[in-house]
Amino acid sequence: MDSVYKHSPSWKVSWLFVLLAGFSLFFSDIEIISLEPWQELKRLFMGLLTPDWSNLSEIGEAFLQTLSFAILGVAGGSLIGFLLAQIFHWRWIQVTCAFIRAIHELFWALIFLQIFGLHPLTGLLAIGLPYAATFAKVYAEILEEGDRSALQAVSRDASRVSTFFYARLPDLWQHFKTYTSYRLECGLRSSAILGFVGLPTLGYTLSSAFMEGHYSVVWALLLLFYLLIATIRYWVRPALLPVYIIAAPFIIANDSTISFDNVQRFFTEDIIPAPILRGDSLSESWHWLSDLLLNQALPGIVNTVILTQIALVASGVLTLLFFPLISTHFFKPAGRTIGHVLLVILRTTPEYILAYILLQLWGPSMLPAIVALALHNGAIIGHLIGRYSIEVQLRVDASRGLNRYFYELLPRLYGQFLAFLFYRWEIIMRESAILGILGIATLGFYIDSSIQELHFDKAMILIFITALLNVLVDSLSRYLRGKLRLRTNVDCRARNDYCTAKE
Amino acid sequence: MIQLQSETASYQGVKTLHDIDLQVSEGERLALVGQSGSGKSTLIKLIYEHYPVNTALVPQDYGLVNNLSVFHNVYIGRLEQRSTFYNLVNLIRPKSDQVEIIRTILIGLQLEDYLFRPVGRLSGGQKQRVAVARSLFQKGHLLLADEPVSSVDEQQSRIVLKEMLNGFSTIVLALHDTQLALSFCDRIIGLEKGRIVLDSPAEALTEKDLLSLY
Repeated sequence: MDSVYKHSPSWKVSWLFVLLAGFSLFFSDIEIISLEPWQELKRLFMGLLTPDWSNLSEIGEAFLQTLSFAILGVAGGSLIGFLLAQIFHWRWIQVTCAFIRAIHELFWALIFLQIFGLHPLTGLLAIGLPYAATFAKVYAEILEEGDRSALQAVSRDASRVSTFFYARLPDLWQHFKTYTSYRLECGLRSSAILGFVGLPTLGYTLSSAFMEGHYSVVWALLLLFYLLIATIRYWVRPALLPVYIIAAPFIIANDSTISFDNVQRFFTEDIIPAPILRGDSLSESWHWLSDLLLNQALPGIVNTVILTQIALVASGVLTLLFFPLISTHFFKPAGRTIGHVLLVILRTTPEYILAYILLQLWGPSMLPAIVALALHNGAIIGHLIGRYSIEVQLRVDASRGLNRYFYELLPRLYGQFLAFLFYRWEIIMRESAILGILGIATLGFYIDSSIQELHFDKAMILIFITALLNVLVDSLSRYLRGKLRLRTNVDCRARNDYCTAKE
Repeated sequence: MIQLQSETASYQGVKTLHDIDLQVSEGERLALVGQSGSGKSTLIKLIYEHYPVNTALVPQDYGLVNNLSVFHNVYIGRLEQRSTFYNLVNLIRPKSDQVEIIRTILIGLQLEDYLFRPVGRLSGGQKQRVAVARSLFQKGHLLLADEPVSSVDEQQSRIVLKEMLNGFSTIVLALHDTQLALSFCDRIIGLEKGRIVLDSPAEALTEKDLLSLY
């Protein structure tokens, strides 16, 4: 008997998250500190009308560097990831990969900067390492879920490699290809923001233009970046990739050498906790550790969680507002084009750059971070849900407007929406931590400060804690998705969408 | 009430109906019979396109929202008659007067036990009856139903059809079960390859006469 109306578990979980976010709002600082934030925002958008291409050689150089780091980093990552995928059933490989993935590219860059300095290796490893770990997992899933019937028909005596190339790869090739090319797009974003920690990519040029108030140059860079991403399927061609990969090492600028003393010092001194290095007594060591945990890790964790929860719910709300913009059930082609342009711009701009811009305009508080995370993630999920909505077949006599939205589409898409949002939970948390580098008191802030003060031992412990927090949220998200029985499909397009949502 | 003159219609780019002339007056109960692919569904759609106002529709694929309860799916039939605000409140907290009206309809279709169950957890036959319930709740001058009893058993078919006849004065049904067509409708339209090949009062026909259509 279902005689009393009960709300679905999804409904209850959604409200739980909204309440948590509302509660978090009380503990967050969301204020606009700068004196004339809107004036500055206006100046920024005026720059859009007058993009300044005069410094073409500098802009071109920034883009060549961004491209080279992205292509080499992703290519290396995918190769290593592919090899790791073959042994991904080993538990310790899975755990190690999960851990490496949980650390943001920028944190990796900060670590490698200590080891190799501004050598290109820093940028390549900062992209390659976490990407390899992600590739390993997704490639392994593709191999796992693929059809094995052909495999059984092949003679047992055939070598493993030839069996793989004949009986498995042909059918799985499309999956590998779409996912890898999607990750190249992510790689371009990662490569661009590496400039913020000093590598010669887009972020570097962008932040210096911004500091000098050259908004016209900022827009020139951003517009070119949108163009680059929007045309990705035209210039990323299987036949051209080898050319890019061979050319990239010659393009990457290198005027530094690796100091092996530095490398050695990093592993034998820098990251060894100070009390051990000094030979402190147990109580002194405890004092050092508790000071770190209570005064840096704890406030960092609290702020990271607060920012994550608010940004997660804000992303969800924006998704629900965004997806009708590109859905055939609500707008005519002209209206949808505007929606598409808006969503493409929002999801192409790396959230770090969005946050950086808003932070410069509004001053350091959680507000710019919340807005940046919500806009970026809302646009990504909004795009995916919008595409799913197109497949919903409505009756010819279906209602219109808000009735259609709430009675026909939302109930049908809500499970998908929650699945995507939960996938992005971990990513939002990783981003929340990293945005600390910009001055918001999340874990990234304490990590960055420790590095500035040359306390790498503390920074490493804080990075470790950040990674643990990510792994925790990831498993919580998996638990909730299982509990709510949120659908996970494996066909090619669905897989691609889930990966888009995930990484 | 319905007047179609030399109408043609295409389905997915292929012409499926040719030279359709059809007049239906108020109070008539029409059964469309014929093989699958003979154009019954297209004719139902064609009539709906010409007379969408005050017409209730039971499409072949039910058009239900799996994640909404039976109650809400039936309520969808009258969304246009209420303010959006009322609809949204009812979505979150079912209005008791609406619940009572819909409960009565569901009792007639032997669905009252599933009032608040999500439609996704019902069987095919139960879903089909929910689609019928939606049309009964919607009301109107005309009911267009495309194979409304294809997934329910013989005995229940009769119950469902009786409810539909009680709810609407003018009805156009696509039915592949000729026996049901003869006993519940008063006029039979036979379709073959997209043309009307038979149009006769039901009492003048026997099941044998309809065999040639299959």
